[in-house]
Amino acid sequence: MTGIVDLEQVNKFYGDYHALRNIDLSIAKGEKVVVCGPSGSGKSTMIRCINRLEEHDSGRIIVDGKELTDDESKIESVRREVGMVFQSFNLFPHMTVLQNLTLAPRLVHKKPRGEAEDAAMKYLTRVRIHDQANKYPSQLSGGQQQRVAIARALCMNPEVMLFDEPTSALDPEMISEVLDVMTDLAREGMTMICVTHEMGFARSVADRIVFMDNGEIIETSTPSDFFAAPRTERARTFLGQILAH
Amino acid sequence: MSFDFALIATSLPKILQGLGLTLNLLVVSTLLGLLLAVGILLMRLSRRAWLVWPAKAYIYFFRGTPLLVQLFIIYYGLPQFGLLRHSFLWPFLREPYWCSVLALSLNTAAYVSEILRGGVLGVDKGLIEAGKALGLTKFQRASRITAPLAVRLALPAYSNEIVSMLKSTALASTVTLMEMTGVARTIVADTFAPYEIFIAATIIYLVLVWIIQTAFTLVEGYANQYVRKG
Repeated sequence: MTGIVDLEQVNKFYGDYHALRNIDLSIAKGEKVVVCGPSGSGKSTMIRCINRLEEHDSGRIIVDGKELTDDESKIESVRREVGMVFQSFNLFPHMTVLQNLTLAPRLVHKKPRGEAEDAAMKYLTRVRIHDQANKYPSQLSGGQQQRVAIARALCMNPEVMLFDEPTSALDPEMISEVLDVMTDLAREGMTMICVTHEMGFARSVADRIVFMDNGEIIETSTPSDFFAAPRTERARTFLGQILAH
Repeated sequence: MSFDFALIATSLPKILQGLGLTLNLLVVSTLLGLLLAVGILLMRLSRRAWLVWPAKAYIYFFRGTPLLVQLFIIYYGLPQFGLLRHSFLWPFLREPYWCSVLALSLNTAAYVSEILRGGVLGVDKGLIEAGKALGLTKFQRASRITAPLAVRLALPAYSNEIVSMLKSTALASTVTLMEMTGVARTIVADTFAPYEIFIAATIIYLVLVWIIQTAFTLVEGYANQYVRKG
């Protein structure tokens, strides 16, 4: 397997609880993968292992040729190539939008302030929020905050973007503005791994759908196959529940 | 018994002669205590048991015994050690001023390190994860994310500690220092009018506390302007 992200026989335990079971997944550069499944199925845990916010207990995780181990400097270098967007935005509340965006480029890439700010404004324009650059996160709506969080991750020029339920904390009317930005990003060729329940987004954007249950990958298929004819009973049940409304 | 308002008025300026020393003790001990507190905090937050346990023991000792007793141990107890009397520290430790500063600093450091630890524990874990995900080093996360937010969370409790410190400086009068309470006690010895004199001292302490509280309210309001809690 030689994708940009490779997981080989990854296992993860929380005490006695087996959170990830023999996960094999290879993601090619430019690929968009949507991970779905019932809550507690290990979706978030899996993508959080990719930038080592969680440590796996066995197996191998290789990101852009670098294997994740206890080596702190390697972990940091992987994190610099992998952007992440969280369910709860996690913007730094004591910094303005612009400061949120320039912090890591200035500290990690040692970019001069002006250069970092120019890049930040470019990304803020892309997520259609450049007029809020000098506001604080608490002055923005949830949808705006999440778009800032996406721009913040993009400022590091990541090779891969991880999305951990990016719309789950949003009011319904703000979901589409975030999904629109994610769709734009997909069109531009970004490698994306998204944990989400937004099946419309999955259908239109994903190259592959990974369905997880109970810490295992149960099914991997194209969106058209997955939605038209899920191969497993568990996937059928899940789709039945999620599409019922 | 007659109450002499004029005596309050005439003793106020005399007691104010001790104001400089009171403020001096407060500022010097608070700053030294804060430096020490940060060191103890880092030990306490460490994952290494040999750093954590001394910090815990320190905090337990200085929070668990009266400040007055700590002051007496330093002032009366330390000179018992011949070694100390011949060391370079002796010029300091034979001075009641430095004994008071030492006792106040050591004591407040224990409280402040716990106040700051409360702030650190209150910082949203998600923000630290965001810092990790951006590739920030441990030191960068601590200095740019954890510390500024922890300080904001700790401000209300820290203002309490400063007020408490102001009142604790009065204990320095027990080792002969002529700060405000020391001056007040001297005047009482001359006038035999403890009621009026200590009321005069009370007024000054209350004014100082009001200034401290107001200053902290302003700082808190400014620092937390955009930082929502929870």
